[in-house]
Amino acid sequence: MSRDHILHRVRTALGRSPSQPIPDPPPARIRIPEVSLDARVASLIAQVEALAGTALETSDPRAYIASAIAGKTVIACNSPYLAACGISSLPGVESGITDREQLRDACATADIGITSADYALADTGTLVLLSSPAEARMISLLPPEHIAVVSRERILSGLDELFSILPNPAEQSSSMVLITGPSRTADIEQILVRGVHGPGRITVLVTEQGLRP
Amino acid sequence: MPSEFQQKARETLANANLQLAVFAATGRLKEKRSEVVGAGQLPDYQELRTQANAVKQHATDNLDHYLELFERNVAARGGHVVYCKDGTEVSDFILALARERGAHLIVKSKSMTTEEVDLNERLEHHGLESVETDLGEYIVQLAHQRPYHIVAPALHMTRYDVAEIFTRRLHVPNEIVIEKQTALARSVLRQKFLAADIGISGANFLVADSGAVVIVENEGNARLTTSAPKIHIAIAGIEKVIPRAQDLATFLKLLARSATGQLLSVYTSFLSGPRRPGEIDGPDEFYVVLLDNGRTRLLPDKNKRQSLFCIRCGACLNTCPVYRRIGGHTFPWVYSGPIGAILTPQFMGVQQEPDLPFASSLCGACGEVCPVKIDIPKILLELRSDVKKAETRDKQNRLEKLGFRVFAWLMTHPRLYEMAGKLLRSVGVPSIQAGPLRAWTSQRDLPPLPERSFREMWRRR
Repeated sequence: MSRDHILHRVRTALGRSPSQPIPDPPPARIRIPEVSLDARVASLIAQVEALAGTALETSDPRAYIASAIAGKTVIACNSPYLAACGISSLPGVESGITDREQLRDACATADIGITSADYALADTGTLVLLSSPAEARMISLLPPEHIAVVSRERILSGLDELFSILPNPAEQSSSMVLITGPSRTADIEQILVRGVHGPGRITVLVTEQGLRP
Repeated sequence: MPSEFQQKARETLANANLQLAVFAATGRLKEKRSEVVGAGQLPDYQELRTQANAVKQHATDNLDHYLELFERNVAARGGHVVYCKDGTEVSDFILALARERGAHLIVKSKSMTTEEVDLNERLEHHGLESVETDLGEYIVQLAHQRPYHIVAPALHMTRYDVAEIFTRRLHVPNEIVIEKQTALARSVLRQKFLAADIGISGANFLVADSGAVVIVENEGNARLTTSAPKIHIAIAGIEKVIPRAQDLATFLKLLARSATGQLLSVYTSFLSGPRRPGEIDGPDEFYVVLLDNGRTRLLPDKNKRQSLFCIRCGACLNTCPVYRRIGGHTFPWVYSGPIGAILTPQFMGVQQEPDLPFASSLCGACGEVCPVKIDIPKILLELRSDVKKAETRDKQNRLEKLGFRVFAWLMTHPRLYEMAGKLLRSVGVPSIQAGPLRAWTSQRDLPPLPERSFREMWRRR
């Protein structure tokens, strides 16, 4: 194959030899501002709402979700956190699927997908989801509506703090996705339309500290 | 004889609807960007640009090291790296894999790199169905066109154009409401996603220390492409590699702001290898194709190699007074605007595309908005010089040379200069609107000449 040919061309052009050591890269630029937890919660909520999402702080996510999902088909992730909050056991909520095809079919027909979030970023209104046995990729993607539950202390100031906590996300999971607002496009005449391929509606529930087991 | 480039530019300039569509759309994108990079919104903006430039410089200067590091880390997570020197090698690899796995349907998310090698056409020629899933890309694929803009592929089309294309290609009733057009594309493509055997994506960044592919998008089609089918193939130019995941804290802040004026794009996917034991979904096989396709030709020149720093945000297109008038399809290759004017001649050779380095007013706006600080105006000048050097002696423009000689002679003879000025004022401007200067004057109004020259006024003061 062309591997050696291309690497040889690169080295010749750069005047380098195989396995030649490299100079130190410029230090990564990580600046973490000091933001109080209350201010982070407020910023997260404001940013999600600015993106036409819904965000609120609640001490009873179960009650909120119970009324939001009445009469709808719902799929929830296998996160022990959702179970501890009593969300997975709500009537009408399907959870605990571990088979890929079965999960995909369930997500393709569900009205709402409920997930936890590993982190949230306050300054951009972003959810951070790492794929795992507890957290499938499709639940936050296929249904037209996504509800995410994140506990207060998981709200980070922003990208810099995220990459200082997870300097190499590949060690945790095959997939980390940052979700900032509902799916959208402006490909026709620059007119904003929400819900193209992903969920058109997103709700972020911030729960009280310590609720996470 | 005008070149094809000049001919297409004239056609675009004469098309009033297209002029309006392109000028309005780029104007909005330009405005959105400037709203989020100002000192009030992002005080660190200039520092971030400097950092992004330094990281790209380092990664490019040591590209072989980072490619090998990336390759090792992809392999450590169970993925495979495939180096390809051109489009034929890319399609050969995909065709062989598709044959082995019995795959027929491919879903694709947006990738300028695959546009470079006309991947869809190559695959379809061999009987595979390859469907673009980004809304804009889907529309231009149905219309058998090339993307008009790096970030907004269907920027030149109106809802009426889209309605016509959907009716003709999808056999659906005429629909001119944009929300309904979007919903229609969603439902057609949703079936493709659920049935696809292979997903092909591009990559915004390749992270060497993690062996990860980073993809930035707004619609969710790239997430579906990379997660729904059992095989994911990411195709990226070799220049996309950055040293560390932590560098994303710099690049992600710049990319979305520069491209669409968002703080972050809706979805940023950080993907490393196939799904791991226990993970419920995600692909079983993960390949990264590293494409040269002419990139190594840009490396020997220490200054011009910075052309490879580009992160494809499109900000230079939106701000460019030339792109905004002559549009994307006037450019001979997939990259248009200022970045296209420096990339295409370097990929193809300056003799092949001698017009492009001159398709600029050298106003410098592209360099000012570039989030990774590529000095586009300087590279344009260097390429102009390369074009002139490559021209043989008798092909050089004799009229231009004569013109400059006359100008130099006039400037060094003040009396004659004054006489020439008087002559021009007496015959008036219309006399120069025709003749060899027409190409310039037909698009611009010259200001009226004053009655007296500065020298005359000075003497009479």
